[in-house]
Parts: sequence; structure tokens; C-alpha cells
Amino acid sequence: MSELDIQIPTTYDPFADGNAEDSGAGSKEYVHIRIQQRNGRKSLTTVQGLKKEFSYSKILKDLKKEFCCNGTVVQDPELGQVIQLQGDQRKNVSAFLTQAGIVKKDNIKIHGF
Amino acid sequence: MADDNVDDVKEEVPEIAPFDPTKKKKKKKVVIQETEDDSVDKVPEKTESLSASDGLEIPFAGLKKKKKKQVETSFLNEESAEAGGEVDDHADEDGEGEEAGQQQQRYPWDGTERDYTYEELLGRVFNILRENNPELAGDRRRTVMRPPQVLREGTKKTVFANFMDLCKSMHRQADHVMAFLLAEMGTSGSLDGQQRLVVKGRFAPKNFEGILRRYINEYVICLGCKSPDTILSKENRLFFLRCEKCGSGRSVAPIKAGFVARVGRRNTGT
Repeated sequence: MSELDIQIPTTYDPFADGNAEDSGAGSKEYVHIRIQQRNGRKSLTTVQGLKKEFSYSKILKDLKKEFCCNGTVVQDPELGQVIQLQGDQRKNVSAFLTQAGIVKKDNIKIHGF
Repeated sequence: MADDNVDDVKEEVPEIAPFDPTKKKKKKKVVIQETEDDSVDKVPEKTESLSASDGLEIPFAGLKKKKKKQVETSFLNEESAEAGGEVDDHADEDGEGEEAGQQQQRYPWDGTERDYTYEELLGRVFNILRENNPELAGDRRRTVMRPPQVLREGTKKTVFANFMDLCKSMHRQADHVMAFLLAEMGTSGSLDGQQRLVVKGRFAPKNFEGILRRYINEYVICLGCKSPDTILSKENRLFFLRCEKCGSGRSVAPIKAGFVARVGRRNTGT
């Protein structure tokens, strides 16, 4: 029994990691929404980890229209494309993404304070 | 006999006669008698109280006290000899009174005929459990973190003064906590000479608190038993959390390089 108990987690964890690494956007791939402080009261919201199938520019267009803010899609050498928005839009973005059915709520991680 | 009777009557009459007019006297007499009775009564009571002061009648102290109290009021000055015994008795009485009061306070159903409510019985069980073996009471709020002390250094930097204390109370490496904090806040920072954390940017104490709460949920609290007595160990590039209380372990997400290397920071750089 004890061997079985040990075997299950050891086999489970590498598989999960392997799946995530292979597909790039696996089942447990989180969408990270972060905030970053700028000078003064200004801040920046970044959305990272959206699936590659989506058209980032179209999502960005809707986001900009919805929240009345500017933003860009930034190409990052490691993390791929990242959406940047002006201002603290974390709540708005997560609400928008869940409502549009792009991401499930469980897969969204909001970082920052 | 008749004479005698007459005499008796006569004798009685004069006896009654003086009685009736001398109602005042009678009253006086009665008063005197009462005083005499009192004095007579008091003498045995004195003896009783003396004996009580000797400690012979302590079991009956409750009965004695009331009598003695009456005596006291009139004889306080005279019974200086008894004072010691009296004081002792009073102490006893007070103690009993307090105990009774405590018991009444402790159980709200004392002295009433009503049924106990569930909450009252639950409270009673937990009170008893806490008194006898507090280990089993299971207080969730046993681990109380001190609130973070946050100072402003200039206008653009924030100093987290008791960072080390909090790390020690969580039993975590300072650099691990620091990596998490910096990754979450999306800034850069470092430890200064007094082991305080200096972070770039303006942050309120409440922000630190929220992030620390998330850190504790993710990297400190055992999921099985909710105890914070856990050890974070690194085994071939994976972080494992092992609980000291229940022995369960789990893997925790590493603070990734992607996490730490800030996207936004890099973007602003380009």
C-alpha cells in the first residue's frame, strides 16, 4: 500500500508538468492578470497566458473599448504575447474574460495587492 | 371560703386596680423586662459567639451568622474580643457568596427551570475542554500574525520593517518570502542593513497584508489540518510542503522564473 501511495504522486506530478510544457496551453494553464505600479498613482495591467488561438488584437480592441483605456499587445521573447492596459483593470479584465467565455474563472489568477 | 374568696377577689381587685391605672408603669415594666430579656438573650449568644470564635461551631456558621449580626449591631463596641472570630466568619460568608455568584454567572440556566439551549451547552463543553486540556479545544486563531509595519522611505520606496519577524513566525526563508512578495507586487526590492525589506513603489500596509495572506495560504498552511507548522523543502527542483502536525505533504507551485522576471518591467525596458 505504501508503495502505491508513493507511486501515485510521483507519477502524477511529472505528467502534469509534461502536459503543460508540451501543449503550451494545457488544462491547468492559468491566465495571469498582474498589476504594476508606475510613477505617481498610475498603474499598468498585464494579461498573460491567454490561449494562442485567440486573436489578441481583437480582444484588446474590445477591452480598450469596454474600459475606456489604451493598451497594446507586447511580444515577449519568453512568454509570448502579453496584453497591456493602462490603469488598474484587474477586476474588469477578469470579469470581461469570464463573461466572454474566453477563460474559466478558475483559470484566472489575479496577482498584486 | 367566701371571705377568702372575697379576700382573694379583693386582693385581686387591688392587684388589678393598680395594674390598670399603671399602664404606663406596665409599659415601663415591659420595657424593662424586654431589656432584661435582651440582656439575658445576649448573654448566651455571647457565649455562643465566643464558642464560634473558638472554632467549635464552624459547620453551623450559616445559622449563627444571622443571630450574630443582630447582636453585632448593638454590641459591636462591647464585643471587641469577638472581633477576630467575627471577621473570620465574615470572610467565610463572603467566599460562599462569591462562589454562588460565579456559578450563577457561569451557567445562565442556574436557578431556573428552563431547558438548556444548544449554544449554552456547546459553550459549556468548550469551556470545560479549555480549562482541562486546551490542546483539544482546537483554537483556529492560535496563530496570530503581527500586522506588517510599513514605513515610507522618501516618496518612491516602501520599507517593510518587521519582515524578518514575520518570516521567522512563519518558519520560512526570508528570500523565499521576498521572492514571492516582489513577484506579486511586480517591483524590485532588497533587504537593507537592518534586515528590513525595501521595496520600490508605494504600498500600504494593507497591500502587504493581502499578499502575505496569500503566501500563507499557498506556502504555509497545511491543507489537511490547517496548521501552520509546516516545513518547506526543495527536492530536485520541486518545492514540497510537509506538515509537522499531521505528516501530510504536498507539492507547491514554485515561484517561477517567469513569475519573478517581470513582464511589465521588461516591457517598460524595451
